[in-house]
Amino acid sequence: MSNQEIDKGSINTAPTSTDEFIKGLWKENPVFVQVLGMCPVLAVSNTAVNALAMGMATAFVLLMSNVLVSLLRNFIPKEVRIASYILIIATFVTITDYAIQAISVDLHKSLGAFISLIVVNCLILSRAEAFASKNTVSKSVMDALGMGLGFIIALFSLGAVREILGNGAFFGISLFPDGFQEWVIMILPAGGFFTLAAWLLVFNLIKQRRALS
Amino acid sequence: MNQETYSQIFINACLVNNFVLAYFLGICPFLGVSGKIDTSSKMGAAVTFVMLIASICAYGIHSLLIAINAPFLQLISYIVVIASTVQLVEMFVKKMSPTLFKALGIFLPLITTNCAILGLALFQTNKGYDFFQSIVYALGAGAGFTLALILIAGLREQLEFAEVPKVIKGTVLTLIVAGILSLAFMGFSGLGSS
Amino acid sequence: MKEQKTISPPNSFKMIRAMAGIGIICGLLIVLTYEGTLPRIERLRAEALQEAIFKVIPSSTQMRPFSYQDNTFIPAKETDENIIYAGYDDLGELKGVAIVAAGQGYADIIRIIYGYSIDKQEVIGFYVLESKETPGLGDKIEKEQFFLDNFNALDVALTEDKNAIKNKVTTVKQGGKLNEWEIDGITGATISSRAIGDIIAKSTEQWVPIIYKNREVFKSFENE
Repeated sequence: MSNQEIDKGSINTAPTSTDEFIKGLWKENPVFVQVLGMCPVLAVSNTAVNALAMGMATAFVLLMSNVLVSLLRNFIPKEVRIASYILIIATFVTITDYAIQAISVDLHKSLGAFISLIVVNCLILSRAEAFASKNTVSKSVMDALGMGLGFIIALFSLGAVREILGNGAFFGISLFPDGFQEWVIMILPAGGFFTLAAWLLVFNLIKQRRALS
Repeated sequence: MNQETYSQIFINACLVNNFVLAYFLGICPFLGVSGKIDTSSKMGAAVTFVMLIASICAYGIHSLLIAINAPFLQLISYIVVIASTVQLVEMFVKKMSPTLFKALGIFLPLITTNCAILGLALFQTNKGYDFFQSIVYALGAGAGFTLALILIAGLREQLEFAEVPKVIKGTVLTLIVAGILSLAFMGFSGLGSS
Repeated sequence: MKEQKTISPPNSFKMIRAMAGIGIICGLLIVLTYEGTLPRIERLRAEALQEAIFKVIPSSTQMRPFSYQDNTFIPAKETDENIIYAGYDDLGELKGVAIVAAGQGYADIIRIIYGYSIDKQEVIGFYVLESKETPGLGDKIEKEQFFLDNFNALDVALTEDKNAIKNKVTTVKQGGKLNEWEIDGITGATISSRAIGDIIAKSTEQWVPIIYKNREVFKSFENE
């Protein structure tokens, strides 16, 4: 069974809603396959909580913008489409920013300006342009949910590893006995690069093994 | 008003808290594309220029929004201004120097979604820099961005000749290089203190 | 699959209509969210600030903000600058004054709040509000108990003429504290500890003489 799904047009049967959802988890995982939209997020994925919050915030914006773009897709002329998408995305990012402030002052302080940086997350713009502008609302929702979930999973794996090795904790709960020397580097930006590289490596190895079998 | 001196701001933005190596900003288009020193320096120059303009605009917009008591419009106005600035710069470069325009190619429109520019505007606002501090900050950030990009590209060019397992080649290798570089830059910590 | 679309010239009206329509929708959404969350956000912020103030002024349960204008302190409004916070206990007795200060640390700006007792002429409490210091190293300034204990009775007495601090607050090597105005630094976090010392030194030099001169203003606790 071929893994490559390069061009939608080459598939015989039209993808169902579930297909739209699942592709975001593995085959077209935004972080590990498309290598999209990680840049500001790496900075705040140093603990499991931060990574989860950031992932959910991004997924939320992705979902809402996909919905609105899909709803308005026949209404937006193609000349102004990028500008419109950016406006819409910026709106939902602003809303998310205030929502997080209203939920937890501490969380907002840890994430800081990076919440606002979700607006330049290439992933959201690319989904709006590549999918939501050309598909129905329900399909766009599934696309957003799948990509969003794939994104959250990827981010969470980053944050979890960094927190476990770098803080000896998970969600703030200490895991190891006092003698454990934390790998502080994991919490530093360098650790972010290395952890992402490690996960990408694992992903590539799995893909390579599948291709061989 | 922020108390930092101009040299502190510049050093902090360029070396200590490098936008690429400490904040992970501005690498998204770069990671997927193979890097050459030549294109990196051009991209860096373009980004620095846009950063400068964006910084001035952000300062103006922020003051305006405070005056009309509409802080919630900050993100939208920043992103609109940045996008327009890039458009203008693109048209300007096209007219003034078609050769430069062709050399920069795809990079100019890519700058719009460059997290580094928006990041600059947002950080600068959060830190409460005044007008001249903002300009110094933009210059420092742009310099640091260019520096990081050139370094990564240079290392990648050298690594093209190395025998690296296929699974690591490409993005994974770039990330590892960036990580080591980030570690190296940590040596600059404390440089920006009095 | 797709039927051939007829190519029409860009319709200015349609473009303007789209941008304007989206602008209005987005504007509405943002304003609604802003107004809707504002009360809660302000409440959370005020609570966090109060918590910090009570932490740095022991046995305080009420606080009043004061802003420094025209060489004196007056009860502060939200938008005033140069605000400090007076802390009182249940009976309305002044327990101390909390001051927010900031300065460059190792990694980035550190924001702190500390409590000052006019009667004892000492710093009586310390709390880090915001810091991006290196986890495991610089962030010890927030957690290391012996470091935090420095600030239970840090001497910031004034000179005879009450115009300046007699002995500037200084951070010394860990274990080298000889005088009450010195701070025992943390060995693995010298720059961060020194930064804290500098921040407090600068802030007390600026505020303590003024606060002492106007100390009568704070003693009176009026119910709002």
